Amino acid sequence: MKAIGLLIVVFFGGLLIYSSFEFPLWGDPYAPASTHVSPYYIENTLEDTSVPNIVTAILADYRGYDTMFETIVIFTAGIACIFLLRTFKTVEPDIRLYRHVQTGITLRIEKGGKFPEDSNDFQRLDTVWIPYALVVRTTCRLVIPFIQIFALYVIAHGHYSPGGGFQGGVIMGASMVLYAIAFDLRSAIKRISERLVTSLCALGVIIYAGTGALCMLFDKNYLDYSSLANIFGVDPVSMRSHGILIVEIGVGIVVMAVMVILYYILASAGKLDEGL
Amino acid sequence: MEKGERSRKMIWQIELIILAIVIVCGISALAVKDLLSAAILFGAYSFMMCLLWAIMGAVDVAFTEASVGAGVSTVLFVAAIFQTTRRTKD
Repeated sequence: MKAIGLLIVVFFGGLLIYSSFEFPLWGDPYAPASTHVSPYYIENTLEDTSVPNIVTAILADYRGYDTMFETIVIFTAGIACIFLLRTFKTVEPDIRLYRHVQTGITLRIEKGGKFPEDSNDFQRLDTVWIPYALVVRTTCRLVIPFIQIFALYVIAHGHYSPGGGFQGGVIMGASMVLYAIAFDLRSAIKRISERLVTSLCALGVIIYAGTGALCMLFDKNYLDYSSLANIFGVDPVSMRSHGILIVEIGVGIVVMAVMVILYYILASAGKLDEGL
Repeated sequence: MEKGERSRKMIWQIELIILAIVIVCGISALAVKDLLSAAILFGAYSFMMCLLWAIMGAVDVAFTEASVGAGVSTVLFVAAIFQTTRRTKD
């Protein structure tokens, strides 16, 4: 069986490599893409949209429809993960660990025992990690705000430099995952609840698709942002730039929320109780 | 033109080394028995791909690869491995 698998892999891999010789060379100026498609964008992007970064303009304006469905793919991935892995039956864990904050004593309470309320005096611990993690936690406390500011910068500055909704959203989500790793899953969920994260998933898609639908209300095509110029009181060209920003914010929200919910569910095996 | 050609030649060796590391990381991520090492190797693979994108001038793609591939997906892999056994049978 292994030999057959290897044979198939070698055959199709060879076929792929063979057909790749037919591709135009990297950066070939006479390739169809470089002679027909690229020059239009390179020459007209700045006049059409007033966005210096051509990649962002193509991603969110000229090919806005593609990006919308990419966003929906990410949204669907998050929803599918919830449906597959989330368990809503609450199973009481065998042991629970609590730390008395003032004395530092750790209490181990078996199933059926009486456990204290979660308060400032008693802090529930994960069974996998009991020691103090003071250095890690303080470092994360210091670093996370800067990561989040950077994420917002990447989203807002996508017009002028590499970046945009996807990257900024991932960095934003990563900062929240970092918080969940450094502290524990419960304190992360206390900050950003599951309900909030899942609603943010949908909100981002609504922002993107709603902007497109709003354009249709003003007698233009779907996702033609220049029709919104009258609402915002700017000229149609710079409105396309602002429209890109609105859409990128929507993408950023979706990506951030999906990353966080994926981590919540994967790290706790769907129980959202104890995790990495 | 001449300056462009010279910078192209300077990068050529680095590109070859990075490509070799990409292939080594990819094959060893499949071959290794320890799933945690496989996840980390996959992160290294993503990071080398990110460098490759940056060399080819696709800075936006490189940024995405760095944040998604090397950053969050490694964390998600580790979180998934945490729920199962670390060693794989095949």
